[in-house]
Amino acid sequence: MSALTFTYEVPGDDFTRAGEASSDVKRKLKQLGYNPEAIRKVAIAMYEGEINMVIHAHGGEARVEVDPQEIRITLSDRGPGIPDVEKAMQEGWSTAPDTIRNLGFGAGMGLPNIKKYTDELRIDTKVGEGTTLYMKVLA
Amino acid sequence: MEDRMEIKTAGRAEEQLKEKLTVSALAEALGAEWLVEGEKERIIQAGYVCDLLSWAMARLPEGAAWMTVMGNLNAVAVCSLKDGACIVLTDSAPLDENARARAEIEEIPILRVEAGAYETALRLGELLRKTP
Repeated sequence: MSALTFTYEVPGDDFTRAGEASSDVKRKLKQLGYNPEAIRKVAIAMYEGEINMVIHAHGGEARVEVDPQEIRITLSDRGPGIPDVEKAMQEGWSTAPDTIRNLGFGAGMGLPNIKKYTDELRIDTKVGEGTTLYMKVLA
Repeated sequence: MEDRMEIKTAGRAEEQLKEKLTVSALAEALGAEWLVEGEKERIIQAGYVCDLLSWAMARLPEGAAWMTVMGNLNAVAVCSLKDGACIVLTDSAPLDENARARAEIEEIPILRVEAGAYETALRLGELLRKTP
């Protein structure tokens, strides 16, 4: 069976719409009958990625490919890039502004959470050009 | 209805509850205001207190009653994605209108209490200890 692909545009600077893509993917995976644990992992990792794109990169694009064995998610933005990926992967390290912290985000858990909930994670980032996250969750 | 009565009585007396704790039973025991009913017979398995959404995103246990003052849309998204049982807004915290609308779609129960998170969590802990 060939992979199904879904693509979404993640809006920038609009917190009220952040999470729409991950909610839709969650719904679709449920309809397709994936196991609940895989669905939960995909939804959480993708939501964190969406929030990161809204906070740091003025939005971007989400692409989700699903096949019976695995779910592959690619999140790409043309934001400022991550100067120090190693630091960004540490729990509690955050560069989010106060306005974002007031909403309850910016605790520095985004990328660590993504790593925790995915079976594979690769980050391609270049300062001034943008960031692409490749994630894989086994079905 | 009979079950709820029993939970209410048992909440005061030191006896074991016969049924697992539902969101409805918790609402009654706390004297909480219902803001969104949603899946109100959902079983509560745990409790969690946190106002940082990204922190809750990492740690909110499945089936937890989440005590927070964050009544925004993103709190609803976190509860839904982490499969929490309900949100309990403590200290009479406000709920945004778009958050209420989303919670209704996602069927996430939202309660509100005047008490703070500490007091509410103590009460929840007491109830959970008595459930089978």
